[in-house]
Amino acid sequence: MRTRWVRGEPRAAVVTVLAVLVASAALVTSVSLGDYPLPLTDVLSVLGGGEGATRRSAYVILQLRLPRALGAIAVGAAFGLSGAIVQRVVRNPLASPDIVGINAGAATVAVFLIVVFAAGPRTVAAGALAGALVTAAAIYLLSRRRGVTGYRLVLVGIGVTAMLSSVTAYLLNTANVYTAQQASIWLTGSLAGRSWADVAPVLIAVAALLPVALRLAAPLRALELGDDLARALGTRVEPARAGLLVTAVALAAVATAAAGPIAFVALAAPRIARRLVRERGLALVPSAAVGAALLALADLAARRALAPVELPVGVLTTVLGAPLLIGLLATANRIGRAG
Amino acid sequence: MLAAVAVLAVAAAGSVLIGNETIGVRAALGTWLHPDGSDVQRIVEYLRVPRTLAGILAGAALGVAGGLLQGLTRNALAGPEVLGVNAGAALSVVLGIAVFGVDSFGGWIWFSFAGAAVTGTAVFVLGSLGRGGTSPVKLALAGAAATAMLGGLTTAITLLDLTTFNAYRYWSVGALTSADSAVIRTALPFLAVGAVLAAASARALDAFALGDDLARSLGHGLAAGRATAALAVVVLAGTAVALAGPIAFVGLTVPHMARALVGPAHRWLLAYSAVLAPIVLLGADILGRIVARPQELQAGIVTAIAGAPFFIILVRRRKLAEL
Repeated sequence: MRTRWVRGEPRAAVVTVLAVLVASAALVTSVSLGDYPLPLTDVLSVLGGGEGATRRSAYVILQLRLPRALGAIAVGAAFGLSGAIVQRVVRNPLASPDIVGINAGAATVAVFLIVVFAAGPRTVAAGALAGALVTAAAIYLLSRRRGVTGYRLVLVGIGVTAMLSSVTAYLLNTANVYTAQQASIWLTGSLAGRSWADVAPVLIAVAALLPVALRLAAPLRALELGDDLARALGTRVEPARAGLLVTAVALAAVATAAAGPIAFVALAAPRIARRLVRERGLALVPSAAVGAALLALADLAARRALAPVELPVGVLTTVLGAPLLIGLLATANRIGRAG
Repeated sequence: MLAAVAVLAVAAAGSVLIGNETIGVRAALGTWLHPDGSDVQRIVEYLRVPRTLAGILAGAALGVAGGLLQGLTRNALAGPEVLGVNAGAALSVVLGIAVFGVDSFGGWIWFSFAGAAVTGTAVFVLGSLGRGGTSPVKLALAGAAATAMLGGLTTAITLLDLTTFNAYRYWSVGALTSADSAVIRTALPFLAVGAVLAAASARALDAFALGDDLARSLGHGLAAGRATAALAVVVLAGTAVALAGPIAFVGLTVPHMARALVGPAHRWLLAYSAVLAPIVLLGADILGRIVARPQELQAGIVTAIAGAPFFIILVRRRKLAEL
């Protein structure tokens, strides 16, 4: 699978390599910049396994900045991949985990834990993961009726989101204003202060699920043609779709648990990747790479744009993603692919 | 219709009487006939009656807006909230608080109105671009996308500004308690205009239900009828959001109840929606007061939790787009 992808689609390979380079550059820059600036040579030597100039710089790099920078890359890749899968399975370029409601469950549980139990970040992450998975399962089951059609999945997701977000709004109201604001920061999505323990699950999930997604993706080409034709060609539509959705949900859920529901990366990354690759295929690997590059850049900007004040990275992705979304809506509807 | 109005009267009475401080019918009537300056009188006059009026007016506006919108788009899933007007109003109110320092409900009403109007129009335009005009999925996705986008911007602003955040989170749950009698007086003329526009477009909507071609051949001006109905939706939904905050699913579900009762003719459909929707909204408000005593669940939360299953059932039905 992978060899064919490299040989058969050179553009995809080039795009992927470029995106990975951008992400790496952002990573190195992000590790070197900060309230305690470190020279690039130091950064590179520590990252290469060397000692670094001082023990302090090694600590700052390896324990404070690297987890966050790598976290941005992993979360971005997870959202990018998840978005690419959802958009293809649902066959709608506007569907993405954050719009069709998987994030709403994570958000409600997380806010509940923060507001009612004053829970710490680990508990919140675990709860968000559970919330996302349960919500996704509920949405899937509710849209089942002799199979799941893409549009029904989207609409049920919208209904479930509306319900859950009103619960979230209520919870925010019952808390005192500082707790509510803390919950609200989580709701925006932020990578501030993430340690290895927060980031490791995302790294593992991306490493483990990318091959799974690629393997499952072969039948997706048939899905592109529409359910009926795919079935006629002998593709068992339902298992392929279910397996891919589970993969996408797991990726989005783990990423959301680590960083909160960062908006628009899952929507934008696959779009950008597909446009760069210039093919109507899946572009799973390029989507993941573009997602990683996007979020690495966004987090770098969120950290340093207004330094010493830090923005939650979700604010940045929203402000940048909003115009993109409007453009997408307009073009997608004009060429009649949105529904 | 008489029965529906009677139920509405009962709901309104319940809304005045039931609450943390339950008031007897006789006591309520007594203070009304002979104002005595007692606590009971103050509760009734300054809290319960405005709240009930806000519920009736906002509910009626939402119900009619939903009925119009469903007729206008021939789309069973259309409702003011699906068009993203709530999110647009929210962002606009937050901007009003954060940028212009507006701190009274009487000021918010204008921002919420403008935000709802702009967003509703934009989503409608976005959702009807392209071949075939609006489709349920196109419109719902455009609305969901707008909601996600505007909601993100709202969060971004409120994160940077604690005071705004605090004011906003109370507005955002959709409570009937924020409107006082001055706001209700301000809202009345808008609602009257909206009602007139809605009544004027009822015939045109009936014609649309037959399809564009047939409607045109029957001599209905499509553009004028659509514009009237759309204007009515924007005015009504905007005023409702201004009165009661973002209330979900009333405008979406009530027209379906009305349709089940009186069939698809818009004149009756809209009239029934205008009576049934306040019943639903007041009922939700009363329920919210009872279940969470001594706190309350705001009406908007109750309608969202109760209305979402209804929405999902609608989605699961087969003939989705056909009205």
